[in-house]
Amino acid sequence: MLRVIGKRIALLIPTLIGLSLLLFLWVRSLPGGPATALLGDRATPDAVARINELYGFDRPLIEQYFVYMGKLLQGDFGTSILTGRPVLEEFGTRFPATLELTIVALIFAVGIGIPLGYQAAKNYGKWPDHSSVVLSLIGITVPVFFLAFILKWLFAIKLPWFPTDGRQNPRIDATHVTDFYVLDGILTREWDAAWDAFMHLVLPGIALGTIPLAIIVRITRASVLEVQNADYVRTARAKGLQEKTIRNRFVLRNAMLPVTTTIGLQLGLLVSGAVLTETVFAFSGIGRFLRDAIFNLDYPVLQGFIIFIAVIYSLINLLVDVSYSVIDPRVRV
Amino acid sequence: MSTTLPPQPGGDTDVAAPVPVVRDTGGTSLWKDAFRRLRKNPQAIAGAVIVGLFLLVAVLAPVLARYGGEELPGRTYITPTHIPGFGVVEGFPLGLDRFGGDLLSKLIWGAQASLVIGVMSTAIGLAGGMLLGIIAGGIGGKVDNVIMRAVDILLSVPNLLLAVSIAAILGQGAFAVMIAIGVAQVPIFARLLRSSMISQRSAEYMLAAQTLGLSRGAIIMNHQLPNSLGPVIVQATLTLATAVIDAAALSFLGLGGGRPQTAEWGRMLTYAQAELGIAPQLAFLPGLCIAITALGFTLLGESLREALDPKTRSK
Repeated sequence: MLRVIGKRIALLIPTLIGLSLLLFLWVRSLPGGPATALLGDRATPDAVARINELYGFDRPLIEQYFVYMGKLLQGDFGTSILTGRPVLEEFGTRFPATLELTIVALIFAVGIGIPLGYQAAKNYGKWPDHSSVVLSLIGITVPVFFLAFILKWLFAIKLPWFPTDGRQNPRIDATHVTDFYVLDGILTREWDAAWDAFMHLVLPGIALGTIPLAIIVRITRASVLEVQNADYVRTARAKGLQEKTIRNRFVLRNAMLPVTTTIGLQLGLLVSGAVLTETVFAFSGIGRFLRDAIFNLDYPVLQGFIIFIAVIYSLINLLVDVSYSVIDPRVRV
Repeated sequence: MSTTLPPQPGGDTDVAAPVPVVRDTGGTSLWKDAFRRLRKNPQAIAGAVIVGLFLLVAVLAPVLARYGGEELPGRTYITPTHIPGFGVVEGFPLGLDRFGGDLLSKLIWGAQASLVIGVMSTAIGLAGGMLLGIIAGGIGGKVDNVIMRAVDILLSVPNLLLAVSIAAILGQGAFAVMIAIGVAQVPIFARLLRSSMISQRSAEYMLAAQTLGLSRGAIIMNHQLPNSLGPVIVQATLTLATAVIDAAALSFLGLGGGRPQTAEWGRMLTYAQAELGIAPQLAFLPGLCIAITALGFTLLGESLREALDPKTRSK
């Protein structure tokens, strides 16, 4: 098992090298070249020449690539044009926010999606099934940012149940240890701060979690439908096992395989969704930072972020594959 | 690294389902049969009606819209705190937007913009993906390996981010958005067509064609490819939905270029953001248009998938 995981991680390396090469070429093909991209409006010929010399953009491409790779391997992702701070540092302060949001969205999606999909399959052809199919279809086709708008308007503006934007009420004097605001509140026993941070997460979390929710409902439904009439389920029933045991040990366990893959694959969707959701709710996570980076063509940030996401995405894929063998002992990674 | 695609519903390999033998009875082709079943499926009809309406509005926009896409006929009615809504000002049935444009006209022009971007970007993705897929799936071996590794690299970047990065090179504007979304779809189509073509490799008709001494190119283009197109066509229909949403997302993020008042659903949402408290319809109506259009293409695509699925064919 460990050897297989090691092999998979080794396979990751060529992908990442390829990606870094692609990103390297990407920056070189930005309009006006990297120096102009760096300087933006201040790109006078003089300044461009100076930047070219400073960053070595005038050297041969191959040399530049190796310098760039060397820096990447040391964790140097460059400096944000927008803030002037190292990209990695910027991520460090913002990532907890996005992670917090993503976790809430995933809990929402999985916590509701699996039971809903299961019920739909159980009641195949009846109204719970039909309504969950229709709802999940709508869930897939509603753009994240539109849903965010609806939620914000309804539950924050019309009915002031939730805050409209931000991560925490600035008037709350909260201590931040980990930058996960809810966790911070719990750790420092500042319950009001934790609660307030949680309330700020509810609407963005729902908005972000809806598409994954819809997808999980559909996959769970399809998967349970396939499994629930299998011979072993019939046998379990014939043995007189309790319905709960049949559900947990026979139906769900076998139906979870495709669902696990799907949950893993939602990550990419969640990241793109986070960019849009955080924009609507002025939630200062990576997504919103990325949006500003896009707007201002802050390419070191974009570059660093894409590598960062690709690594996480690949690791999650690996995790999904490994978790197969836990769910289903027949599958050996 | 291998990027696992989500298993299709019903595609679980654990259950040894008997592979249904589809007999070609000579009369109905796969596509004829699929079409016959589409017509009986209410979901497909709903999708077709929505898509048809959308196409109609998009194509007839110059006739249907009273004002041009960037015209601001109601500028005088707008104040910083007041934006007239439904039927408040005569001549503007859905009200005005922040700039004084007629909301109804802008929604209609927005349909056209969405159609153009959706169709063009899907066409780009389809063309690129099919080219790579045919080469990888038809030739196989080392070529296949190299192409698929490149596709893996691209698939490791979330789709919207990939589109954003491409748009960053091309600069802002509708053209850049089109190419960006299209290119971002290439790896998906490539992978799909390749696996579909590989699954055809061991088919008996392939062996027959080889035995007849047909050239490799002829076998790929005339036999293997046509039999592998089903999933690609389904995906293309579904991609139209994603393309409409992604185009809106990109211009929502400010990559659409053009002027603030340009009639485009995503951009209309961007500028509706500040007005959510006083004029929520400015956000809801364009959002609804995006959602309904995407729903139409999704319904159509999914029914098509069902209709082409051999597992359900005999019904």
